[in-house]
Amino acid sequence: MNTQFWVIQAFNGISYGALLFLVGSGLSLIFGVMRIVNLSHGAYFLWGGYIALSVIAATGSWALSLPVAALAVAAIGIAMERLFLRSEGFAILRNVVIALSVGILVALAVSARWNDFIGAGWTRFGLVTAGAAVVAYLLLSRISLVPIENDVLRQVLLTVGFAFLFQQAALDIWGGNNMDITPAAELSTSVVVGGIYFPLYRVFMIAMALTIGIALWLVMEKTRMGAAVRATVDDAQMARGVGIDTNRISMLIFALGAFLAALGGVIGGAFLGIYPGLDFEMLPLAFAVVIIGGMGSLGGAAIGALVVGLADNFGKALFPEVSYFTLYAPMVLILAVKPTGLFGRE
Amino acid sequence: MVSQQAKVLIVAAALLAFAYIVPHSGSFVILLATRAMAFAILAMSVDLLLGYTGLSSMGQAAYFGVGAYLTAILATKMHFGLGWDFWLVVVLGILIGAALAAFFGLFAIRASGVYFLMITLALGQCVWGLAYRWNSLTGGDNGINISARPNFGIDLSNEVTFFYLAFAFFAVSMALMYLLVRSPFGRSLAGIRERELRMQILGYNTWLHKYIIFIVAGGFGGLAGVLWAHTNGHVSPETLVLTTSVDALLMVVLGGAGTLVGAVIGAGIVFGLREYLSTLVPWWQYALGGVYVLTILYLPSGLMGIPARIRQRLATPGKNDVSTELKTKQLASEPS
Repeated sequence: MNTQFWVIQAFNGISYGALLFLVGSGLSLIFGVMRIVNLSHGAYFLWGGYIALSVIAATGSWALSLPVAALAVAAIGIAMERLFLRSEGFAILRNVVIALSVGILVALAVSARWNDFIGAGWTRFGLVTAGAAVVAYLLLSRISLVPIENDVLRQVLLTVGFAFLFQQAALDIWGGNNMDITPAAELSTSVVVGGIYFPLYRVFMIAMALTIGIALWLVMEKTRMGAAVRATVDDAQMARGVGIDTNRISMLIFALGAFLAALGGVIGGAFLGIYPGLDFEMLPLAFAVVIIGGMGSLGGAAIGALVVGLADNFGKALFPEVSYFTLYAPMVLILAVKPTGLFGRE
Repeated sequence: MVSQQAKVLIVAAALLAFAYIVPHSGSFVILLATRAMAFAILAMSVDLLLGYTGLSSMGQAAYFGVGAYLTAILATKMHFGLGWDFWLVVVLGILIGAALAAFFGLFAIRASGVYFLMITLALGQCVWGLAYRWNSLTGGDNGINISARPNFGIDLSNEVTFFYLAFAFFAVSMALMYLLVRSPFGRSLAGIRERELRMQILGYNTWLHKYIIFIVAGGFGGLAGVLWAHTNGHVSPETLVLTTSVDALLMVVLGGAGTLVGAVIGAGIVFGLREYLSTLVPWWQYALGGVYVLTILYLPSGLMGIPARIRQRLATPGKNDVSTELKTKQLASEPS
């Protein structure tokens, strides 16, 4: 337990906090702007990592995998937000998507039960899918959707449902093995400061989070767009009243949140690994970040990420048996004393 | 409309039929039904909070977990609870669930809405973290195997016998919860769900009401955990992960919040998807996720709400949904 131990643990904690900032800041902004508790955020993290693996396998370029994975997941996020998280618009497209999925599920079930009926060909499979989809579509179009805005519990369950779907899809696409993202070779060295080795990759993580954090802060504080976002966080109804297009802002923020989570997945995949179940491991940590910092606050997310990163690292090093407890107990206390978090506005 | 007595009779008859049919089926069905009943007790306890009081707790697996871990630790470390003292373990399991809820409730009940959801999530994660990391007590990631079931003259290692025992606990729990929600206390809970401020103005101590029902739900959760530990024979952190709590919530919403029968049906369906469908097909999670999405988008009042929706639709052709009614309800519940 000398200085070296403390320095290394603090450094590891801060770099882990940098990763958590990427995941938590998006979650926090999504909650602040849309009042949606997004439980598929962990799935975005996981998918970011997996897509990056595919990009690396195809092109061999780690640097390319960062933007590609993040943008792809952002697109998934936009689709999910437009189609399912708001009730207005896209009703027909939503019904078509759901009906098709139901159709495929029915066809899968039929082929699992009566193997000889479907056989090897895809024609019958397609026919069953189409038939079931049409029936499902006709049924769905007769039932109108019950809006999920303002109903936290239903948003939670809906996003959990999507998290399960993403989890299964990831399992089907990339398999169940534990995989590792290998970053660019230049980053796998260490820098020596005062006789202590600091892995360059962790330095890169901190730099990345700092850059993104500062960029986000600048956009939020200095641009008209950022002002509109802040206004929406503070009072969405009033923001709409003064002519801010909160609908568009919701979409942008949701995409941004998914983008950041996926970026975190690519970056974190290099030292956490990418494996099934990682999504539901990251999710409570991201919530701890958001809760401690305060929902909807960027600075809060930064402080929260730092606190959680350090608490997690020192907890595991000093009191391994109660390490997760030392992480979530402060979350409970903060919620009990100041529900809006340390830096939340209400 | 069916009268209340008739409904009770229908449920009782269905339960008796269930208790008669299941033991005559295969051993896998008996095992599944026994486990599903443990989850049904948990789901009903969640319904006490969500359906009858309007508290959406995301940490109900914690009480389930402490009941299960208590049973497993006593059985393996102290050889306690494998004979007549099994009944003592049942009482202890209920007490530890209730005691934990009494402690957690001090933090949670103050919060409301999304903050209640978050604080119960955090509390649940605290318990999960202890189970996952406290190796010397809980066996960490590997969990604890319980080698034997209790034997007190009646040998519970027989699956059919254990099924009847679990059924008895399940039926008694359901009856007790039914009496509770029909009591004046249960009525004032419904009042709190509809409009807490008005209940406060009428002089009700709403905090105490919510606190008491939180403790009761914790006690039933503990009981479900004791049953789960013995029917599963294995307790691990998987028992009390976040998804178990969320599953319990879905069971209630899928069946229809505010109806105990709905919670039971929902428990049967969700548990069946997780434990039965997963043995049949590798893509079972699509079905589970699909049930989540479809329930939330199209069936917010649950399966038990379908008759009412159909009736309403037949009564007012053209205006085809409950959404307008729900919207006004939502508006009414917003504090003005």
